Amino acid sequence: MAVEFDGGVVMGADSRTTTGAYIANRVTDKLTPIHDRIFCCRSGSAADTQAIADAVTYQLGFHSIELDEAPLVQTAASLFRDMCYRYREELMAGIIVAGWDKRRGGQVYTVPVGGMMTRQPVSVGGSGSSYIYGYVDSNYKAGMSKEECLKFTAGALTLAMERDGSSGGVVRLAVISEQGVERQVILGNQLPKFSTV
Amino acid sequence: MQVCTGQVVAFQPFKMSEELFPEPEWLSEEVKTGTTIIAVTFDGGVVLGSDSRVSAGESVVNRVMNKLSPLHDKIYCALSGSAADAQTIAEIVNYQLDVHSIEVEDDPLVCSAATLVKNISYKYKEELSAHLIVAGWDRKKGGQVYATLSGLLTRQPFAIGGSGSFYIHGFVDAEYRKNMTKRECQEFVVNALTLAMGRDGSSGGVAYVVTIDKDGAEEKCVLGNELPKFFDQ
Repeated sequence: MAVEFDGGVVMGADSRTTTGAYIANRVTDKLTPIHDRIFCCRSGSAADTQAIADAVTYQLGFHSIELDEAPLVQTAASLFRDMCYRYREELMAGIIVAGWDKRRGGQVYTVPVGGMMTRQPVSVGGSGSSYIYGYVDSNYKAGMSKEECLKFTAGALTLAMERDGSSGGVVRLAVISEQGVERQVILGNQLPKFSTV
Repeated sequence: MQVCTGQVVAFQPFKMSEELFPEPEWLSEEVKTGTTIIAVTFDGGVVLGSDSRVSAGESVVNRVMNKLSPLHDKIYCALSGSAADAQTIAEIVNYQLDVHSIEVEDDPLVCSAATLVKNISYKYKEELSAHLIVAGWDRKKGGQVYATLSGLLTRQPFAIGGSGSFYIHGFVDAEYRKNMTKRECQEFVVNALTLAMGRDGSSGGVAYVVTIDKDGAEEKCVLGNELPKFFDQ
């Protein structure tokens, strides 16, 4: 998931990759850098999303050299969208693109399966996302601070990881702002606790 | 056109040819209560809540159905899944509970009602597709909520069910606290229903809320414009 705040974005993901019932990687990093201040959260087929992310990283890097300045988050999102829409029959990829640029500050764009693109203040995706729509709808408020966003994201991911068998492991967080990128990991025993969970 | 106990009886106008009066798709779709239902215990009773949408395929055939069905004075059940199956189970158990309560000359226990529902759900689990949550108040154990999904029977502090329930698992896990007051419980139920109705296409309409405590059952209907609003509205 990813959340906008004034001055940047907070992105979070779980760390489980499964092949059927087997957990192939329990410490996956699903937050992939596309450029200095643009990251993407990958969900769906690991192979598809890795391939798309690599292709977009290359295209965006080339574009940024031609422009001689940092690329816009919207550009990155459009590149993802073009690829996900063109090859929609072959791909199974749900991607959230988030980052910071000088023109519009922190932005979150979601490119779900099928290849549409839309900007949202908060976006969740992946198999565990269904379980936390209610929590996200009720707890998100516009104008949250960076710390509130981090707490909100960690809470939402914990709740999803408890209910969804395909999500689990640790919570990986990334904060992207004008200053750069700060990454954090919250281990299993340090996750927030809820009374019924 | 009448819809009763989930059966669709069509009144066909005089047909000159198939093309002039094509049969609408929803007449041949199964009628389901794609739903959100929830039941929560508080100190002294229970609160049940449901949405009001009944769909047949993509059409909404009833937008004001009350899915909270009384099984006895202080025991209600919440219906979800196939409309016909759920209503029939509720009617059968209502009858069986009446007989039982006459035999024991006392109000029935919530556990008895839940066991009767579970027996039917389990025995006919291959043919039925309905999930009922049974909740109520009795003198022995106070407010209780039982989930009877496909024939299991489990008592829980609260239970959610129906297609819309997936979207609020995170919300109820985070927000539920033990020993809420009656008022807090009712707000919790209305909030949960509103969030689910906002995300699930098969849930919607109005919110029905039933509060049961030692004094009896109180039914309330919260209309669409009175429901709480969240950030994207």
